[in-house]
Amino acid sequence: MAYDYEKSIRPGKLPHIWCPGCGHGIVMKGLIRAMDTCELDRKNTAIVSGIGCASRLPGYLDACTLHTAHGRAAAFATGVKMAKPEMNVICCGGDGDGTAIGGNHFIHACRRNIDMTYVLMNNYIYGMTGGQFSPCTPTGDLASTTPYGNPDPIFDISKLAIGAGATFVARTTAAHPREIDKLIVKGIQHKGMAIIEVIDDCPTTYGRRNKFRSVIDMMKRLKAEAVPIKAAAKMTAEQLEGKFLTGVLFEDTEKPEYTAQYANVIKKAQGA
Amino acid sequence: MAKKVALLQGNEACAQGALYAGCTFFGGYPITPSTEVAEVLSVELPKIGGKFIQMEDEIAAMASVIGASLTGAKAITATSGPGVSLKQELIGYACIAEVPCVIINVMRGGPSTGMPTGPGQSDVMQAMWGTHGDHAAIALVPDSCQEIFSETVRAFNLAEKYRMPVQVLYDEIVGHMRERIEFPEPGELEVFDREAPGVGPEDYKPYDSTKGQVPPLAAFGSEYKYHVTGLNKADDGFPTTKASLVDAEERRQIDKVLDNIADIESYEEYLTEDADVVIWAYGSTSRSARYAVNELRKEGIKAGLFRPITLWPFPEKRTAELAKQAKAIVVAEMNLGQMVLEVERVAKGNCVVVHEGRVDGDPLNPGQIMTKVKEVL
Ligand SMILES: Cc1ncc(C[n+]2csc(CCOP(=O)(O)OP(=O)(O)O)c2C)c(N)n1
Ligand code: SF4
Ligand SMILES: [Mg+2]
Repeated sequence: MAYDYEKSIRPGKLPHIWCPGCGHGIVMKGLIRAMDTCELDRKNTAIVSGIGCASRLPGYLDACTLHTAHGRAAAFATGVKMAKPEMNVICCGGDGDGTAIGGNHFIHACRRNIDMTYVLMNNYIYGMTGGQFSPCTPTGDLASTTPYGNPDPIFDISKLAIGAGATFVARTTAAHPREIDKLIVKGIQHKGMAIIEVIDDCPTTYGRRNKFRSVIDMMKRLKAEAVPIKAAAKMTAEQLEGKFLTGVLFEDTEKPEYTAQYANVIKKAQGA
Repeated sequence: MAKKVALLQGNEACAQGALYAGCTFFGGYPITPSTEVAEVLSVELPKIGGKFIQMEDEIAAMASVIGASLTGAKAITATSGPGVSLKQELIGYACIAEVPCVIINVMRGGPSTGMPTGPGQSDVMQAMWGTHGDHAAIALVPDSCQEIFSETVRAFNLAEKYRMPVQVLYDEIVGHMRERIEFPEPGELEVFDREAPGVGPEDYKPYDSTKGQVPPLAAFGSEYKYHVTGLNKADDGFPTTKASLVDAEERRQIDKVLDNIADIESYEEYLTEDADVVIWAYGSTSRSARYAVNELRKEGIKAGLFRPITLWPFPEKRTAELAKQAKAIVVAEMNLGQMVLEVERVAKGNCVVVHEGRVDGDPLNPGQIMTKVKEVL
């Protein structure tokens, strides 16, 4: 039987704004399945995003949804979570939103290890504004503002999150839809900052410009470049050249979670 | 019973006012000369189960305050010029999404880093026009420690009542000055709490204008699920580009302030009934102006003081009346000419309007104001 996504979608909000073949829809389905698996009470769940194609996701979902300003999702979400720690908080957004304009909020939310799940859709480009390069556009690739090839080196988002102090970091791709919800479920169940990087595709502004003939070609690339972390252990550096690791890349259950830490502050202040 | 009194710094009075108003959330980033507001709240908020968070910058601070407010918390941030500049995009977000919050701006000189420990009053136009797009603004300008307390309370009331950001601006002099404060008893000052939705979750629309100019705001994490965005939106909170809806919403958000000026406006007048010359001054400058009025009266010059406490919306009506009555208005402010532009606009040539300003880090003193008054008469 087909999965019932409809019950999680707000009535009348479809069709969505995404182009045919856009990876963000695959991620949204994964998020819905994960929220169902975790039986999240939608009334008690805030889904917070920034600005961009990816950031339009919360508007479709039946929950407390907060579409903020470009880059600021993690900072708004921190306010929500601090003020009401009993709420489930999920952030979502794009690579530009989360790591360029919002990079500072991203790393500090990781550092605090505040309990939220951040689903970052990395399509290597600023999709919404027509395909300018992002901090995740591969060096040498074409974007509307890198007509001679991108001179910039990239951020490895997952490494950035681990370095910044997030306590659950996982990566998968839009070509591995079943893994998306599995990892998001783990992220939601994890107490602390969980980053789920989903490498997806923007056929419209990235694919076309970089000579991908079809969405299928883009999916093939994701499949070819993704290496599960277990398989990678048996591979040589040479074999791993041009690949990225997927699966749960990092997990730490020892580091204190931020709102729990603040609950201790309250106890101290109240002389308990 | 005798009232509780204390010798408090302006910034401490602000923090105490916030607590009196029922504030339970502070998100901020340290900056002179505002930091004491954060320091006091970092001590006091956890005592009442409230939350204090020092964010990574002022943009994040503003974001955290809006996020917290959406869960139903009364939320505040405190900063100074450079921080207010950073907050501007999100102040606009709070305007369009209609999220109550209070922003304290302890003004120093500028632009840029300027004089971090010197006073200034050069953010007063920014308080109205700092964020992009058409919007309404409420800004309050207390001139004493006691008034910082009561205006901070009023700022929360106005924010909650009109569902919008409210700024309190006072300069470094009042912020760091120490004065005797009488703590109002609980119930002595009005404390306004956010209106409850009034309809069930199924029928709730966060911007339903049939529920009044200021539709009630439900809290995240209660029974209500709804959408909040910075895009122009319809009454259900979802984005729209339909011209008639965009237009109606934009106008409602401005009219909710302009139609309620009588409730929002606050000013003080001193010896203006028969004044030939009115000194128009706010914040610490009004203290020099009051002294100047007394001295000028001794010399037989009929001077008076008009002191706005609500700076935005601009006190148009009374300023226009005074322009018809007086021969001159002297606008005294620690900047090179900001509110004087508004005074000129509403005076419509009915009297002479001149400016006396200062931006060297020293306060505008009574002598300076007196000289200007004598020049103009
Ligand atoms: C302050 C600000 N600067 C710039 C923009 C323009 N802008 C909107 S979305 C966007 C990029 C979005 O890229 P990404 O986050 O990767 O999301 P995608 O559209 O690729 O899903 C930009 C630059 C904006 N809305 N606000
Ligand atoms: S422009 Fe790209 S990212 Fe945006 S909806 Fe289209 S395919 Fe998706
Ligand atoms: Mg992108």
